[in-house]
Amino acid sequence: MTRRFLPVLVVAFTSTALAQIGGDLRFCLRADPKTFDPLLVEDDNSEAVRYLTGGVLLRVNRVSQQFTPELAASWKVDEQGRRITFHLRHGVAFSDGTPFSADDVTYTMNRLMDPQLHSATADPFRSSSIPPRITQLSADTVSVTFGAPVSGLERLFDQVAILSAHSPRKLAAVLGPFQVAEYKPGIEVRLSRNPNYWKTDAGGRRLPYADQIHLQIQQNRDLELVRFRRGEIDLINSVDPEVFERLAHDAPSSVTDAGVSLESEMMWFNQAPSAPLPSYKKAWFASQAFRRAVSEGINRADLARIVFKGHAQPAAGPISPANRFWFNTTLRPHPFDVPSALRRLQEEGFQMRNGQLYDGGGHAVEFSILTNAGNRSRERMATMIQQDLTALGMRVNVVTLDFPSLLERMTQTFQYEACLLGLTNLDLDPGAQMNVWLSSAANHQWNPNQKSAATPWEAEIDRLMRRQASELRPEARKRLFDRVQQIVWEQEPFLYLVNKDSLMALSPQLQNTAPAAVAPQAYWNIEVLRKSSQLAGNR
Amino acid sequence: MTARRLFAIAALGLLLATSFGAGLLPKFSYSAQHREFTDAAPSLRFPLGTDELGRDRMARLLSATRVSLVFAAAASLGALILAALIGGVAGYCGGWCDRALVHGIDLMLSLPWLFLLLAVRALLPLNAAPLTSLLATYALLALLGWASPARVVRAGVRSLRDSEFVLQARAEGVTELRILLRHVLPNLRPILLAQFWTSIPLFILTEANLGFLGLSAGEPFPTWGSLLRELQDPLLVRPEAFAPVAAIALSVVCFKLLSPRGGYQV
Repeated sequence: MTRRFLPVLVVAFTSTALAQIGGDLRFCLRADPKTFDPLLVEDDNSEAVRYLTGGVLLRVNRVSQQFTPELAASWKVDEQGRRITFHLRHGVAFSDGTPFSADDVTYTMNRLMDPQLHSATADPFRSSSIPPRITQLSADTVSVTFGAPVSGLERLFDQVAILSAHSPRKLAAVLGPFQVAEYKPGIEVRLSRNPNYWKTDAGGRRLPYADQIHLQIQQNRDLELVRFRRGEIDLINSVDPEVFERLAHDAPSSVTDAGVSLESEMMWFNQAPSAPLPSYKKAWFASQAFRRAVSEGINRADLARIVFKGHAQPAAGPISPANRFWFNTTLRPHPFDVPSALRRLQEEGFQMRNGQLYDGGGHAVEFSILTNAGNRSRERMATMIQQDLTALGMRVNVVTLDFPSLLERMTQTFQYEACLLGLTNLDLDPGAQMNVWLSSAANHQWNPNQKSAATPWEAEIDRLMRRQASELRPEARKRLFDRVQQIVWEQEPFLYLVNKDSLMALSPQLQNTAPAAVAPQAYWNIEVLRKSSQLAGNR
Repeated sequence: MTARRLFAIAALGLLLATSFGAGLLPKFSYSAQHREFTDAAPSLRFPLGTDELGRDRMARLLSATRVSLVFAAAASLGALILAALIGGVAGYCGGWCDRALVHGIDLMLSLPWLFLLLAVRALLPLNAAPLTSLLATYALLALLGWASPARVVRAGVRSLRDSEFVLQARAEGVTELRILLRHVLPNLRPILLAQFWTSIPLFILTEANLGFLGLSAGEPFPTWGSLLRELQDPLLVRPEAFAPVAAIALSVVCFKLLSPRGGYQV
């Protein structure tokens, strides 16, 4: 698999008459970055800095969702899927002028894989017991050989920012569009333009356009919003539907709905055998008919329309339609169908008496839905589900807990009945979801850490996930993962509720914006973002 | 009775009468979701409009008023009984018993209430009905809110114990139980009443804090605190959404007006 690309980035220009080169961009981080070492990034704020400053060998284009060449002009994955060979771009230098070469890639990969570093970025590279071997084949060619075949090998390199092996400035020398110029804890991270950044626009002008980026530390989202409305910041990467609607009402050009995102909201019933629940409740939750009936009793369209103000769509399964390649297009969200749900329950031995549902043993059907306090969208969804399920004769208690207490119940004591939470897929590839779908996994939330698969369908998912992980042909992997999605749709261990839209606020002054569903949604193309001169002069 | 106290009684009476009266009306439901009328402006059908789920704000406010006033008063009474027992024993017995109980009171006062409430509430059974969880919340408030009144009660009892009329009764051979019941307790009434009236707004505000954090009664049961959550929206411009703030402020002011001024006389 060899790919060759033109070395020049083609940029679409709009309103060039209004635009100027340069200027400062401003937006907020929720907290201080925990590290400026790109190999030690674990939090969103550090990730933002890494994205803006780090140069990578290849990048997943956030709009097309295809791999695009960056520091590697081309690459090749061998037929066994165990080795990837990068041919590096020539004439590239770090921000301090140190030339970029294969030494830097080798140095970075060796440092990344150093067990003493404890890098979370390295975890996906450790899929087998044998650590990857890095070989420098020439001054511009490097190969990385894995102990076992790795499907979707390229995606691992999207987050590996290359460090300099020779620069005296060490971590401060970067290959990305910006470099860290100043850090005032609790106030701001100021990034300045990398004068040696290798990309140019179609006119041959060196990118990035912006001179500086001010990443202002602002934990309070309300204040962030106020500052955006005052024009003190240029974008908010993610806004709530209510805020979006109100901003849209006041200034329609300042908000963008980039369409469905990778985020989904879901609920599940606790099926852990060790859960301290009555046996009759465990029997309900283990029943596929019961789960399907609850699913059909939920009006997902109303959830999307009311809770998310129409900026969401009913979800069908674990993969959002935003994930273009991996989404199983044959799946449809379960319809809101109370008669069908009641029929299923009746067939399962449940009976309705005076508006209350009873199981075969005469137990009234009542359960609690747990969600995290403070998340108003989830609380509203739970309240709507509570009302929806009264039509099935189910009494639902909505319980909100602070997140640490919720997490303890979910992962340690299993003292809960149903839980409503959200899921954000950061990685498009299903390989990243092994820790959810394998029955032995800790994040197999409805029944985690199984010694052997508890049900035949979970055993089948185990088999399919393992097969797709060792399968190299994308189409074959897709077929296997489509089947996983189909089983999840049928069995509903997770009741997927909605896929949220990617909502953001962008200053009308910003040009060349291309909002995406994948993080970082608003500024993934930071190197070409700029502000119009006329409007900028008003500040 | 002063004019301010008359005003307070009239205002609280009106609040309670309206909220209880509304509870008797059919179709005046605090939980019904009118999903086609979400975030509706005030109208004849919905005098305070509807919330984000299409629920009648007026029905929710009146239900919350009923709940918050009655439960806060009940919690205040519970806390007062505990305070009277503990403070009374400490003040009347004196000696090591007094010292131990005073240390206990100091310990309770030094606890971070809110965090303690959060921690204890997390231990409650999840399947509790909304009303039960609200009862548990107020019971917790009563269990945690006795310390401050207990200190005042103790001081009052100590003062009464050493008063001349009690000494005289004791000298005349009156039993300790009779002294306690006939001489001390009746003279404590102003203190207890003052503590009762001052504790109610405290509990109202504490529940409002918990409710604002989403940790009071479960949905769909409304309390003043849970209604305040609507105000978390920084861009909310609807004045009718501020009705719970007005109700809380009015009731807290009324309870303050009802509290005896100038301390108490023994």
